[in-house]
Amino acid sequence: MTNDSIPNLTAFDDESLDKAFAELRDQAKAVADAVDSSEALEAFRLSWLGRKQGRLNEVSSRWLKAAPPEAKKALGQRFNEFKQFLLTELLLELDQRSKSADAALKAQALDITLPGTRRLLGAEHPITRTMSEIVSVFAALGYSVGVGPEVETDYYNFESMNFPPGHPARDTQDTLVIASQERKPLRDRLLLRTHTSPVQMRTMELEPPPVRIVIPGKVHRNDAADATHSPIFHQVEGLCVDTHITFSHLKGTLDHAMKALFGSAVKTRFFPSFFPFTEPSADVQISCIFCGGKGCRKCKQSGWIELLGCGMVDPAVFAFAREKQPAYDPKKISGFAFGMGVERIAMMKYGISEIGQFYAGDMRFLSLFV
Amino acid sequence: MKILTKWLRAYLPGLSVSDAQLAEDLTLRGIAVEGICDLGSGNGSIFAMDITTNRVDAMNHYGIAREAAAIYALELPALAFPLPAPRPCSQRPFSVAIEVEDACGRFTARVLRDVAIGESRDWFPGAEVSTYFALLDQKKISNAVDATNFAWLAMGQPTHAFDLDKIEGGIVVRRARKGERLKTLDGVERVLDADDLVVADHAKPLALAGVMGGWDTMITPATKNVLVEAAWFDPMAVRRTARRHGLHTDASHRFERGADFNAAPVASALVSAILLAGGGWIEGWAEGDLVDARVAAIEARTAHRPPIELKLSEVQRILGRTEDAEGITTATVEDVLAALGCKLAPSPAAPPAWSATLPSWRLDLEREIDLIEEIARVYGYNRFANTLPAFGEGVRALPWAEKETAARGTLLACGFHEAIAGTFCSAAEAELTAPQPGQVVALGNPLSEEAGVLRPSLIPGMLAMIAGNLHRDVSDVRLFEMGTVFSGSAANGTVEKVDERPALALGATGLAPEEGPLHAPRAFDFFDLKGAVEQVLARFDMRAVYFDRFPAEAGLTPAWLHPYRAARVAADGLTVGWLGELHPREAAARKFKAPVLVGELYLDRLFKLPLRKPAAREISRFQPVRRDFSLVLDESIAWETIDRAMASLQASPLPELIDWRAREVFRDARLARGEYALLLGATFQALDRTLREEELKEFQSRVEEAVNKAGARLRT
Repeated sequence: MTNDSIPNLTAFDDESLDKAFAELRDQAKAVADAVDSSEALEAFRLSWLGRKQGRLNEVSSRWLKAAPPEAKKALGQRFNEFKQFLLTELLLELDQRSKSADAALKAQALDITLPGTRRLLGAEHPITRTMSEIVSVFAALGYSVGVGPEVETDYYNFESMNFPPGHPARDTQDTLVIASQERKPLRDRLLLRTHTSPVQMRTMELEPPPVRIVIPGKVHRNDAADATHSPIFHQVEGLCVDTHITFSHLKGTLDHAMKALFGSAVKTRFFPSFFPFTEPSADVQISCIFCGGKGCRKCKQSGWIELLGCGMVDPAVFAFAREKQPAYDPKKISGFAFGMGVERIAMMKYGISEIGQFYAGDMRFLSLFV
Repeated sequence: MKILTKWLRAYLPGLSVSDAQLAEDLTLRGIAVEGICDLGSGNGSIFAMDITTNRVDAMNHYGIAREAAAIYALELPALAFPLPAPRPCSQRPFSVAIEVEDACGRFTARVLRDVAIGESRDWFPGAEVSTYFALLDQKKISNAVDATNFAWLAMGQPTHAFDLDKIEGGIVVRRARKGERLKTLDGVERVLDADDLVVADHAKPLALAGVMGGWDTMITPATKNVLVEAAWFDPMAVRRTARRHGLHTDASHRFERGADFNAAPVASALVSAILLAGGGWIEGWAEGDLVDARVAAIEARTAHRPPIELKLSEVQRILGRTEDAEGITTATVEDVLAALGCKLAPSPAAPPAWSATLPSWRLDLEREIDLIEEIARVYGYNRFANTLPAFGEGVRALPWAEKETAARGTLLACGFHEAIAGTFCSAAEAELTAPQPGQVVALGNPLSEEAGVLRPSLIPGMLAMIAGNLHRDVSDVRLFEMGTVFSGSAANGTVEKVDERPALALGATGLAPEEGPLHAPRAFDFFDLKGAVEQVLARFDMRAVYFDRFPAEAGLTPAWLHPYRAARVAADGLTVGWLGELHPREAAARKFKAPVLVGELYLDRLFKLPLRKPAAREISRFQPVRRDFSLVLDESIAWETIDRAMASLQASPLPELIDWRAREVFRDARLARGEYALLLGATFQALDRTLREEELKEFQSRVEEAVNKAGARLRT
């Protein structure tokens, strides 16, 4: 609604006054014709009859004040007629019209509290999600991505990882083996890889140092399923080899990675462990992400949660790599490797208590991750 | 393994830290204390230990005392158990012969006579067997057996007590003769193999060496004379024997991981001292009171190994920066290694360097790197600085990563949840779903028969997950899995090679993925699944996608699919998968009531295609015009025929034909039998002009002509 200012009046004879008021009337009518709702009606009322800035007030103050005394009566009379017209004819009619327009819209009312129609989205599996999170943390540190086969030879899974035949450390990894392998030499026998570590060797055989690689993958063990064990699980393995790689680099890298994964307040601590393919070997604990290290049920009151294994690459592993890539001379290069269980991290991050939930394809469980 | 701190402290009177502090300090140095149980006033605690397999030397009280002594720089007195003077005998010493010089390095024997077999008591401080055996998960049997078990707990050396009077002649350590029989202490009568290592007398095997004693020579209440054995057996020999007989004992555990060559006489003295506390005497000969048969070659490679060269520069090269500025110094190296029992001599090699003589109990120490680990461990891992290495190489993603992400993202948007199913299935499921029959790979040691083979297809897992959901009363299921499928190639009955290929499975049943109160729910159908597959394929750059149907008699359709509701998916002429309704026979076998839609895509083939790169093209400013054509067709004419006719019309060329689609398919009473009606919508638009009425009329008649030629007639 335009709020053109009221023109000044210069002639005050009856004819001029009649013309001025007729124009006002036309103006009001034109505006009124566009009124189609109660909101518009209210706006119209304010613009003409408002106490402070209403046009009627303006007419009264401009025209009545400017009028010579002899014209004031004629002007006043016409002013009152116009006001009457506004108040009765125009407003009443408008009121009727806006009411019926509102009613037509009201008939189209929706219960907007009903839920929206949802095209249901699928959820990325929490393992995939966790695995790509871990991979991107290491990608940012310069790690490329590598993968290897799930069915491996004894050589890659064990021997080249410094588990010699008959070594007791093999007992700790209950292995699922492929049938009908007895006629082959031990090193060629096929099995389901028990860890992603064999990809370390496959990578080194293909590429001379420097190497920085992170290896996400599925592994299998002959473990009966319970709340925390499953014959299937996933690991992310890492390998960094170069000149001058030290134990303190290993610590710094994993400390950084854990902070990136679990928040900058997380602390790490390392303590000695044993893996045949690393030396020195370490287990890494992070300060409990549930209680911040004060001690709770989740961390068995210790304030720490054990999360991954790591260590400096054992020179014996480099010796195997050297068979194909002479540059892996343990006197000249050094490196570290680490491995973490994806399920364990996902269980912690998302509060999952049963490892079996990852493999059941239960729609109710999976929809939680949309 | 459990440790009593009271017993531990008996070896280390100078140990002043609390049990809790001790547990923490041990754990941080790799001797992990998993749990602490306080035994109450003055009795110390029980530690539940979790010791890594390489540290078999620390799986006993004295071994942990060694670690504590190294941590706190305490003096650890050597173990010694004084024995009463032997009673001289005139005959020759007890006969011990080691026939297997590759498998038995040392065998000590001591003869005790007139001993009293009875109940154990608390023998001496640090040996309160009567009070604590139960807490240490040990059963009290008799003083003789308990003494050997105590020697195991105290110092980790397996020993054995024989009833001497059941031994004929002397001891021979030898390989068994094939078919020999031995009843072991667990009551099992065993048939021996020629590779089994046995302790025998001159007539028969007495014990599985390093694994388990024999039934017939065990100590009984009637035993009067005892032969105490303490020996060193070769790890591999013991492992093979134990494995063959399915046994895993404390003794085999230790021998398999390498025992201390020098511990045998000490353990023998410990067992003897305890047994003699109740009376009896030691048989002494001119040569002494202990028969000690040794194999020089084994002694040389265990107790007297050549020293290892160690350089400080190598220690620093591997370990890097420490938190304190001083770092690992000459003094650190010397203190740590001396405390662990190494003897260091300065080496002439570029100093500072040493020549380190290794302790007999640490067979795990063999190389310079092993010593570096010891230094880092005792110094404290957490005293090393956290630093990041510099790196200047580029980062490579997997070549198919982007394709995998595209396929996954599309299916997520289509409302499918990602799932991960088991890797194994039954042989029957494999046979049903294997794309190439007869190449299924079986496991040699499966967890169960249902999980006996490597999946040749993702379909068995998908069906199992659908069944699981229905079983849990979840009736609307939409899942996909991206995973590996396996096939093998065999020669002469040996699986030579296993091929792994990435695959994608889709499965759905129940309602289509739309949820809201105002729209009528509808069942997820074939075309929903096909649509999802089409959308995945649309992410890839290909000239043509076909969905083919084969007559049932062709036998090409996979057996798990409904033969008339299945489609082969071909991209640029290559089969990339199959989809359709689950075969009613399979559905019934699984008690599925609603139709189940399943499909599998061969990602190795699909991923050979590049991803489609979006490219902009000119969008016409002129008005498009839609014309609908109501067609009547014979049932034998599929949409594909009409679609092809329209495509060739467009190529004829009629570039103004920008889109056509089947808008509706229906059957009604006014049609003849075997006919159906199709509403074909066609859209015309030009890039450069508004289409005129006469042009449109012409286009329309060309469409009519084309569909007529394809076999359709216009409905009037």
